[in-house]
Amino acid sequence: MNAISTNMVMLLAAILFILGIAGVVVRKNIIFMLLSVEIMLNAAGLAFVAAGARWAQADGQVMFIFILAMAAAEVSVGLALILQVYHQHKSLDIDKLREMNG
Amino acid sequence: MEIAFYITAAITIISTLLVITRYNPVHALLYLVVSLLSLGMIFYLLGAAFAALLEVIIYAGAIMVLFIFVIMLLNLGKETAEQEKKWLKPKVWAGPAILALVLFIELCILLNTNDQAQYISELHVDPKVVALSLFRPYLIGVELAAMLLMAGVVGAAHIGQHKKTVLHRFLQEKEGT
Repeated sequence: MNAISTNMVMLLAAILFILGIAGVVVRKNIIFMLLSVEIMLNAAGLAFVAAGARWAQADGQVMFIFILAMAAAEVSVGLALILQVYHQHKSLDIDKLREMNG
Repeated sequence: MEIAFYITAAITIISTLLVITRYNPVHALLYLVVSLLSLGMIFYLLGAAFAALLEVIIYAGAIMVLFIFVIMLLNLGKETAEQEKKWLKPKVWAGPAILALVLFIELCILLNTNDQAQYISELHVDPKVVALSLFRPYLIGVELAAMLLMAGVVGAAHIGQHKKTVLHRFLQEKEGT
């Protein structure tokens, strides 16, 4: 029962990661791409926590806390960049921002 | 409690799929909040109660509020009023509300059952063990994470400061006078 559960959790993490990659590749809006990166980080954290719960070690949750801190820093910088890009270009379409020459 | 895990996993996948297919950013954010809540439920089922707490408080609370602030800042326009009217239709919030209601019912059932039966892995990790591991072997990692957060705050404050749009110098002189 225990091993099957861990396999299923890992499968769920893989599905979430693939959905995040698909979101990054498919969407053309920077906000949606940032959301998809968040989904991918969550999937990685889920894999860490599942592995930590499988062997009853605390390291998985420690890694999840580090991922959380990294996601918070990344989101703050990314959203500041989005605001700045929108003020400069009046658009969030990734095709219109192809040439970022200052 | 295998069935609870499968229900929660289905909710997670459905809401994540709806996140990457919505056109409106606010709808996508609503579904992402549901996805994060159900992921927190999965952490709780795995016996990682502290990670579930952090997921709900930091991800579904703080980071999503940042996203909502930025999205609300970006579409300050004349069409805001009718957009507001459009967003308040029940078709919009019915989907996330139903998924969140399923999660809430599941949480109530889990809280009423026996204490040992609710984890799908019987070896759950206490927050005390996590804290001891965090501040003894991983102390250098905590310091590095603190420096990363500091750099993130300083970088966001530097990037986000409002510079004037670059004009031609004749236009700049005309605006200055």
